[in-house]
This record gives sequence, C-alpha cells and structure tokens, in this order.
Amino acid sequence: MTEPLIYDLGMSGRRGIRMPDPDVPETGIPAALIRDDLDLPEVSEVDVVRHYLRLSHLNYSIDQGMYPLGSCTMKYNPKINEDMAALPGFAGIHPYQDPTSVQGALELLYEAQRWLKEIGGFAGVSLQPAAGAHGEFTGILMMRAYHHARGDLKRTKVLIPDSAHGTNPASTTMSGLSVVVLPSDQRGNIDLEALKQALDDTVVGIMITNPNTLGLFEEHLVEVVTLVHEAGGLVYGDGANFNAILGVLRPGDVGFDVMHYNLHKTFSTPHGGGGPGSGPVGVSERLVPFLPGPIVDITSERDGVPVYGLVMPEKTIGRMKAFYGNFGVIVRAYTYMLANGADGLRKVSEMAVLNANYLMARLRDAWEIPYGERSCMHEFVAEGDLLDLHIMALDISKRLMDYGYHPPTNYFPLGKANSTTLNVHGALMIEPTETESKQSLDAFAEAMLAIAREAREEPDLLHAAPHHTPVGRLDEVLAAKQLVLCCRPLEKSETG
Amino acid sequence: MSYTPHTEQDIQEMLAAIGIDTVEELFHDVPADKRFPNLDLPQGRAQLDVAREITRLSERNLPANQKTIFLGAGAYNHYVPSVVGHVIQRGEFLTAYTPYQPEVSQGTLQAIFEYQSMMCALTGMEVSNASHYDGATSLAEAVIMALNVHRGKRSRTVLCSGVHPEYRQVVHTYTQGMGLEIVGDTACYVDVDKLIALIDDNTALVAIQYPDFFGQLVDIQRVIDAAHEKGALACIVVDPIALGMLKPPGHYSADIVVGEGQGLGLSLNFGGPYLGIFTTREEYVRKMAGRLVGETVDVDGKRGYVLTLATREQHIRRERATSNICTNQGLMALAAAVYVSAMGKHGLRQVAELCYHKAHYAADQIDQIPGYRVNRDYPFFKEFAVECPRPVDEINRDLLGKHNIIGGYNLERDYPERVNQMLIAVTEMNTREEIDRLVAALTEVAA
Repeated sequence: MTEPLIYDLGMSGRRGIRMPDPDVPETGIPAALIRDDLDLPEVSEVDVVRHYLRLSHLNYSIDQGMYPLGSCTMKYNPKINEDMAALPGFAGIHPYQDPTSVQGALELLYEAQRWLKEIGGFAGVSLQPAAGAHGEFTGILMMRAYHHARGDLKRTKVLIPDSAHGTNPASTTMSGLSVVVLPSDQRGNIDLEALKQALDDTVVGIMITNPNTLGLFEEHLVEVVTLVHEAGGLVYGDGANFNAILGVLRPGDVGFDVMHYNLHKTFSTPHGGGGPGSGPVGVSERLVPFLPGPIVDITSERDGVPVYGLVMPEKTIGRMKAFYGNFGVIVRAYTYMLANGADGLRKVSEMAVLNANYLMARLRDAWEIPYGERSCMHEFVAEGDLLDLHIMALDISKRLMDYGYHPPTNYFPLGKANSTTLNVHGALMIEPTETESKQSLDAFAEAMLAIAREAREEPDLLHAAPHHTPVGRLDEVLAAKQLVLCCRPLEKSETG
Repeated sequence: MSYTPHTEQDIQEMLAAIGIDTVEELFHDVPADKRFPNLDLPQGRAQLDVAREITRLSERNLPANQKTIFLGAGAYNHYVPSVVGHVIQRGEFLTAYTPYQPEVSQGTLQAIFEYQSMMCALTGMEVSNASHYDGATSLAEAVIMALNVHRGKRSRTVLCSGVHPEYRQVVHTYTQGMGLEIVGDTACYVDVDKLIALIDDNTALVAIQYPDFFGQLVDIQRVIDAAHEKGALACIVVDPIALGMLKPPGHYSADIVVGEGQGLGLSLNFGGPYLGIFTTREEYVRKMAGRLVGETVDVDGKRGYVLTLATREQHIRRERATSNICTNQGLMALAAAVYVSAMGKHGLRQVAELCYHKAHYAADQIDQIPGYRVNRDYPFFKEFAVECPRPVDEINRDLLGKHNIIGGYNLERDYPERVNQMLIAVTEMNTREEIDRLVAALTEVAA
C-alpha cells in the first residue's frame, strides 16, 4: 500500500483555503522582484486531510502500542499536555510582547526552572536549548567558558566513555575541543585505571551518561566525579537516561556540574516523529553565571505579587536559539511535573526500573544479556546477532514489526565496532518505560520468545521480515546512491 | 498521578519473577547517602486541579486573538488554517519517534520528503534538509557548513547587520570555539557597498537577510555576485511567506537559503517551537547538517522513503559528524507541509500579496501623521521602520493601555542609532479597520 505524493493529487487551478480579498487599496509591486511561478501543490482542503490521514496510518506510534526504543524513553504522552499547550493564552502570545502582558508565561517558565533545579539538584537552569544534543552543546560551551574565564586556556580535551551517544563527541567537536575515548571495564562501568591515566591539566571535563547506554548504573560514580574534580575538570551529565533516577538520585548531589534534561523523553512531551524536543540545562553554583539566556527571574514585586522578567546571566555564553526555548514543549512538561508531583516522579522511575528488570528476567533464558549478572536500570541490552544461526539484530527488529511492535534501538551501543572493551554483539537496547502494564510487557516478552524459536526453526521468516508492514525492507544503499531528495526537479528559470 | 498502570498485585508478581522482595533493592548501586532524596516540591495532583492551575497561568497573558497586534521582528501573527492543527495532533504523527525504522514510519518519512520538495520549490534551491530548531540555528549551521566547504582554509564570515539581531547572537554563541572572524554585524549597514567591501579572499560565507530585519528588499544579487567573485558562499535568510510572491534566492544564485518557518502554519507560542528551514545546492549535500529523507524502493520494487546520508551524522560519524543535531523539528515540518498544501500555489501568493498591500496602506497612512516618518530607502514587504516623535516603549505602553493595540518592535534595543524607531509588521490578519485604529491611536499618542 503506497500513498501518492501530495503533488500528484492536485489539478491545475484547484484551490485549498480561501483567503479574503484585499480591503485596502492595492499598491504596485516592483515587477523585477516578482517570481514567475511557484511549484506547489494545487489541492482542495479535503484532499489535504485525506492524504495526511492516510499517511498517518503508515506510522507506528506510542498511541498505538509499546515502543521499547532504548534511550528514547517512549512513554505515554498525556493528552492533557496537548490541551494546555494549545490554550490561547500560551499559543497566541508573541515573544516580544511587553513582559507585563505575559506574566503567566514567565511565571510558568520560572516554575519550570525551579522544578528542574530541585529534581536535578542544581543551582541554576536555562530552558533555552531546543533538544538534547543542543543541551549538550550548551553544556560543553559553558565548561569551556568556565575554564577560559579563570585564564586556563590549556584545557582542550573532553573525556567520553565508549558507550556514549554519538551526540557527545559531536557536541565536543562543535565546541572546538577534542575527544578522548574512555574504555569500559568488565562490569560495563567506566574503566577507572584508564580514567586516572587520561586525567591531567589539559582536561576540560568528562561526559557521563548515567545510567549508561547499557542500562547500568555507574558503580564508581562518586569516585569518577571526585577524580575528575581533583584534576580540575568538570563533570557533564547526559540526561538522556534520567528517567531511571527521578526522585532516586539528584545528579547535583553527587557533584555533577552540568546536565541536560530531555523534556521529550523523561517529561513525557511527544517526540513528533523527530521533534520538537527541549533540552534545558541544569548547572552547579560555579557555572550559573555562564548559563545561556535569557532566563526568567523575579525582577521586582508589586502589591506583594512577584513580577517576572527576562535576564541575561552575567558571563553568559550567549543565546543558543532565538527567543526563550521551545516554550510549547515546556508547557507540556510543566503540566506533567505538576500532575506527578514529588511522589509521582519517584514512582515513575521505580516503575520504569521495575518494568525493565521484569522484562529482562522474562527474556533471560532465550536471549543473551551481556552484563546480565547485574540488575539493570530503566533499560537493558540483549544481543541480537545470532551468528551461528546467521541471524542479525536487524532481522530480529524487522520481525518484531510483524508482531505489532516498534523494534528496540538496534546496534547501539556499538560494541565491537566502536570499542575494544564493550562486549556486545548486535545490541538490541530495550526500554519499556513505566507506562507499560505487566500484561503489555508479557505480550512483548511472548513475541520475543516466539522470535527466538523462529530464529532456530524458520530463520528465513526473519531474513525476509517484515511481512505485514506497508512496505517491505527498503533499499537504503540505493537511496544514498541515487539521492532523490525532492520530487520536483527545479525548472531552469528558477535557478537563474 | 504518575500515569503508571501497576496494581499492587502486579508489582508483587514482577518482584517475584525478578527474585527480589522490594522495588528499592533495584537501586542498590545508587550511593546510599544520596538515595531517595526529599524533593522540596508539592505532591502530585488530580488532572482537574492541574488543568485549573495551568489555565490560570494562561489567563495572565494577553494573546493575539484578544487584541490588535502589529509586532513582528521574526515571529508573525499569520493565519493558521484549521487543518494544520487537526493533522499534527494525530497520535500517529505526534507520538512517533524519529523514523529510524522506515517500514513502520512511511507516514512521517513521506511527509518530510514532501516538505523538502516544497522548501526547494519555495526557495528555488535543489536540496532541503528535514529542519533545524529555528531560523537562528539554521543560520549558525550555514556558517559552519561554509567553513567545511572551504575545508577550514577560510575563517571569515561576513554577517550583515540587517540579519535578525538574535540570529547573529546565536552565530556568535555557536562558533565561539571555532576561531572564526565575524565581521559586518556591529555597524549598521546603510548601503550594500559597505558590506561588499568586507568580503575578502579569506571569506567563507556572506549572510544577508531578505527581506532584511527592517522589512527592506535590498539588492541581494550584487551581494551574492560579490561573494562569488571572492570565492565565498552566499547565504540568504528568508521569510518563507515573502517567497509566495518574491523571486526566490535560488534565482539569484544563492548557495544556501535559511529561514524561520513559523509563518507556515505555526502559532506564535511565545517563541517556540518553530521551524528552521535550510536549503542548498546539491553539490553541498554531503556537507549539510541535519536529517535528510530520500526516495528508494522496497524488496518488491515498491516506492518508499528512508533517512539517508546518515554517514554525515553524529550517530555514525561521532566526533567527525557535520553537526551534533539529532532531534530536530519534525512535527513543525509536517505542519509546514500541511499549511503549504492547504494554501497551495495560489493561496500562498495571496497571503503574501495581502501582507504587502496592507503593509503599504498602513505605511502610507502613518506617513501622513505629523511627527511620524516611514523609512522608504528601499522597497519593503510586510514590515517597515517608522521614526516616531517619542520613545517607542512609551508609545507602546499607551497603545496597549489605552487602545488595546500591541505596537511594533523597538529598534533602539539592538540599533542604538535608530532613536525612536519602531518596526511595524502588518499581516493578512490585520483588517483595514485595525490599521485605521492604529493610525488614529498613533496620532493620539504622538505628544
């Protein structure tokens, strides 16, 4: 089943939305500035609705079922969040309105900053970054600025464990710094001896994902933080996996200097098929002056009521984007935080970790779980490459679609391909999240167990999977080779 | 409430399957003295109470639909057709992740492919990515791309002061570790000659805005030609609504086109989430950052779509990636695709022309008020600068307090030499009656 392109549904001269006629005298437009043609679809409103509705049916989504995509925290996105963000008082306000006319929005941002500070154990928060990677970039720029402000210009290296997300090294490079990769030890932790050797007075700091991408809590966390601090470095926390430790551990309490929060993961805002996200950063006291701005503060008081305003931190690294962050996403996350409260947030992490451990226990007999002697946090990794059966993690993932599931994250952490110490072959990183019930986990476990049987008994079923999706396996090599990125090749007249 | 479905019996059965007695045991690796802190936050609330509190906050704001607004400066009150909200609120689009698994993500992938096609048509360029965070970060990525196209051998960027002030600030933030020389953005530009004089053999990129921050349509052809003469790339920052009627930058041989896509069906949202448009020439596609959707076929030869050229990206390339970008603004790109489809080639042109005619009517009327003078150095689109008889903040206070009108942007905030200058934006949403009311109000508050 395929859907035509919107361009192919139209007829020349067909109109969609009707706009009013001008109610003012018309002004001549300089002819030299006017375009000849505009190659856009010509469709009716009902064409548009039906086309995109039919396209929507080709997607898998959380609203449809379990989405155990590791490190992505695909939890249920409460519907009330959507209604709150759509309130005219939020959706209809302009970012440059006089602060007196947007006090409610500023109060909400101030409160969101306060909640995130308290949850993370930090002294300051900026809501500017628009996504997790954007938050990482922000954090690394702040760490660099901190050392520079002390006149320490020789620190150029950032230590990053081999299990880290690819965004960590990429954010470091964008900040003009270089990456030193740290190996893992036998239990999946950062290798302490390697860390000690790497630490010197050229180290900006370390980026830690905790729990890490194997779903394991760093067993030497306090020691790692202490060692880095003693060497004059700072500690960055990648908050992608924060869903495991809400109300369980405040990273600021163990000495983290910066962490980004993924509001679109931990705080339930929808991922929208690839954004918008929101990646606020929390910082320790010594980094507060470097936060990107503007941030919201109480600037005065009137009749006993606080007046909120936008301020730029003293030594700010600057703006990370125009305006104040992805406000609409922050409204959703704040709604979620209020609903949960302190007790609910802890419950979130407890049930997320319980779910992951239960699922791991149910799969343990049929699937190889590296580091499985340890209990996991919110996610765990199973090995999908069954080399003796000529089955790859990709085959498992595609077969899961036939059972009605979105597959786990596959081939990450990269394992052997990227590291000599991470002992993983064809990772299937499984994160069920707290919003799945026991029945839902049991059904997924049954599917995984059935696939393990199929791998032995009917391997071709897996090689040819998926069988029941709108399209079969797609030729990604062809896509990169022929490179069709646009359905309407440009007319010569438009390229000049 | 925590949206967790577990009953006490579920929890007991699950603990038994794991082989432990309590949930707390699962957290034994967490440092004991810091484990389970008391958060100084209220307990959870019922949904009804949450809705009341959030609604209370929303009602402390004055939204656009409750007053007349002439404020723009990079965020505009354009009409959002009903279909946009209905489509992007579909759970199938809203609650899907980045389409890493194409067989179960064809809806998102095809919609983004259509979005890319529309952005190419609108800007007159050959390739578009799947979006950046906003117009400002698109520009910052353009600066970085130009450095990479020149393999780090050129380090100067000429950033015209007519580019949105916050976009220029974001470029400075992004590139602070890159050893870049940025010129052109401190002095206010009066004519393009001054800008052209800054382009040298070490220049990687020249960036100008069209219409510029003041709404003006400057001669971008001269700037682009001057950039090419020195071997530099030229980047044009656009308002996509203006491209409903204006010749696109591709026509003038631009190398990169970036812009804020908010006008294409997105609400004002107090500044975000918005949409960063990024298009370029095909020859630079491997240097471009961001997600990219390409057409291909499945095992049976059926047409389908996948994320492609991932070897540019952080999850494969790590520290050697073109950018660190991962999550972008997928849902906003979908909204733009729905908006552009619903408007179509005729509707988008109509919106642009309505903006143009209404802005010019407003400018003509304001020009006749004693004490006010409209800057007409260049043709303009939907915004124009007005010299006012009093400080802009004072006038705006009176407009809002006495006339329920949100006035224009105070240009003195970013350009100290533009004393008492207000940037007024007029869109298809402003009726003649509203414009006449603004003119009457400006007349009244002149003294």
